[in-house]
Amino acid sequence: MDNMTIIAVASIVTAGITTGFGTMAPALGEGRAVATALTSLAQQPDASATITRTLFVGLAMIESTAIYCFVVTMILIFANPFWNHVIVQSAGK
Amino acid sequence: MRLSPDEVIFWQYGFLKLNATIVFTWGLMFVLAVGSKLITRKLTIGLNRARWQNLLEIIVIAIEKQIEEVGLSQPKKYLGFLGTLVLFLAMAALCTIIPGYQPPTGSLSTTAALALCVFVAVPLFGIEEQGLGGYLKSYAQPTFIMLPFNIISELSRTLALAIRLFGNMMSGAMIVAILLSITPFIFPIVMTALGLLTGMVQAYIFFILATVYIAAATRVRKPRPEPDAKH
Repeated sequence: MDNMTIIAVASIVTAGITTGFGTMAPALGEGRAVATALTSLAQQPDASATITRTLFVGLAMIESTAIYCFVVTMILIFANPFWNHVIVQSAGK
Repeated sequence: MRLSPDEVIFWQYGFLKLNATIVFTWGLMFVLAVGSKLITRKLTIGLNRARWQNLLEIIVIAIEKQIEEVGLSQPKKYLGFLGTLVLFLAMAALCTIIPGYQPPTGSLSTTAALALCVFVAVPLFGIEEQGLGGYLKSYAQPTFIMLPFNIISELSRTLALAIRLFGNMMSGAMIVAILLSITPFIFPIVMTALGLLTGMVQAYIFFILATVYIAAATRVRKPRPEPDAKH
């Protein structure tokens, strides 16, 4: 395998692994957060406005970790600096 | 595949580039500014007011209420900054129903600029409220050991603000683009609707987080209550 193939394979495989594994933990976390929020909503429907607002903010905070993984994946696939470097080098030959 | 509207270039002269991000940002600014100017041209305080005035009043009062609920006691003071943020972000997300439009918030430069605005505004409001010494002292709370961590958190939350908004808006546009090439019939519309919801929630999140940061910076430290005072 030449350098180009190694970079391509590594980028694609890493991209899949990043999103696949990176979304697992936020999914579990969001599930826990929503479950707890639903429990508190059932116990105290009066406080629904506060609970919902805090839940949304918390969910966005948790979700941003998954979004970071997604951004890394997108960079690996569509804007990979190493791939661009190799392309420029092979074009210069 | 384009990662951001930065790469769509409408006009270029030397190193001056007019890309889609700038054009759509200017468009949004124009619509927001001219729209508010037109609506507020003839305000009335009577009962028979115009529909548009009602709409603006609802929006402004809702924003004010949200700011107050977070814990800032004078929402009018922060309404200019925070209200502009949320209106721009919500408008940027809402306009995705227009064909050919790409949200300028789907570009990292826009979101980084907005996050930098928050990064600068938080110390300014904090210093205005507590004085320079009081604000700087809040970095060394609760103990002096926390000083580097407080500074790191200041930087990392700015980065998080920018990346979160960028990631969410970019992923929405990206999913629609991918679906258009796979199943171009119904599903892109469904995902666009979901993208509208995500965009509104992200606008709200950005606004609430900025408000929380400002509230944390402007809070004048109260003397610690006695343990007996608690019931």
